Amino acid sequence: METPRIIPILLLKGTGLYKTLKFKEPKYIGDPLNAVKIFNDKEVDELIILDITASLENKKPNYELLYQMAGECFMPLGYGGAVSSIEEIRKLISMGIEKVSINSNAVKLDFIREAADVFGSSTIVVSMDVKKNFWGKYEVYTKSGTSNTKMEASKFAVEINKAGAGELLVNSIDRDGVMQGYDLDLIKSISGEIDIPLIACGGAGELNHFKQAVNAGASAAAAGSMFVFHGKHRAVLISYPEQSEINALFR
Amino acid sequence: MIAIIDYGCGNLGSIKNMIRKIGGEAVITSNIDEIRQAKKIILPGVGSFDTGMNNLKKSGFIDILNEKAFNEKVPFLGICLGMQLMTKGSEEGSEPGLAWFDAETIKFKFEKSSVNKIPNMGWKHVYQKKESAYLKEMYPEPRFYFVHSYYVKSNKPEDVLTTSTYGTEYVSGFEKGNLCGVQFHPEKSHKFGMKLFTNFLSI
Repeated sequence: METPRIIPILLLKGTGLYKTLKFKEPKYIGDPLNAVKIFNDKEVDELIILDITASLENKKPNYELLYQMAGECFMPLGYGGAVSSIEEIRKLISMGIEKVSINSNAVKLDFIREAADVFGSSTIVVSMDVKKNFWGKYEVYTKSGTSNTKMEASKFAVEINKAGAGELLVNSIDRDGVMQGYDLDLIKSISGEIDIPLIACGGAGELNHFKQAVNAGASAAAAGSMFVFHGKHRAVLISYPEQSEINALFR
Repeated sequence: MIAIIDYGCGNLGSIKNMIRKIGGEAVITSNIDEIRQAKKIILPGVGSFDTGMNNLKKSGFIDILNEKAFNEKVPFLGICLGMQLMTKGSEEGSEPGLAWFDAETIKFKFEKSSVNKIPNMGWKHVYQKKESAYLKEMYPEPRFYFVHSYYVKSNKPEDVLTTSTYGTEYVSGFEKGNLCGVQFHPEKSHKFGMKLFTNFLSI
């Protein structure tokens, strides 16, 4: 039996790791390189690193740090944050990062098209931050959740799929850090419209939430808080389920 | 010395990283003289079939790779697209492949409503079909990381090293003499990949 990918997502702010709550209140977690080493030792399925301030501050990706991280990862590694050119993607890939995630620049569909063409679809992930508006419509945000594109999430997902992205990371801003479960309606509304894998993100607090996301149509489930916090006081402790637990969950 | 062939397709850094981690030495190279010196060769690759073949041709690598594979018979490992290039051709393109194996590369086809999305991306079990130095003392229930939209169909059952399943059972590894190809990414597959590369180093 094959199990879906369970993916820790680490948020980078400057040279530190942080975890947000609804994209706000970044709490310091620790040293990113150390965390990456621990996740590698725990043999995680995949790891995604997102720089949450690079785009906002018009900075470049922190290549030096990413290079060091990639050297410690013997599993697939994705990176997102201020990726705005073909040359940047090339540089990230050459360091040993196989998936490059595009968020703020994904609204430029031509960029997605070109990137998928040059590097192959499987290298290009679009990460989509979504917030439900007052009328219950899912809208796509960019710039670390600060800029509302007013685009409807499932429609945008279809465009991204057509443009050639190989994977879609759907992050619920409302559920970020809440740990009460994924927004299953959001996952359902998008997964049925696309034929590329969807990674659900935002809301995981227990193992069963992963199964709910997969049942709702996600191909993989990602989480932040659940893998870096422990207990109700949110003490920092890095964890990851054993493969036997994941097997039992999806049996 | 192991040469990792750089023909502009793929993530070569991570292969080198893993070989270094297990105490081996590899160079990423596009230099024909350096390739000529190599005792072992890795042909990696991510991207489209025709781009891969055209890049091999443009770089002038076809002759030297054939020489290493068939005259010198050095251990030769193709990874992902590198495996597919060893087949006769792919539904992805019109270029003929290296045709080192009597095999073809075919596209996964699923209904839109299928739970199987394309690419096949994730960890899959690999089922061993014959004895091989590459899989010596492999950990139980080996799982490897895959990313691919096309898969290999072998016309020679005796070449099949491993199979995996994604909607359909397909050839995830083939081996014939000194030539081997794997669809998965050992360089991104934790201890399973390290074991495979450790075996490759000791061949």
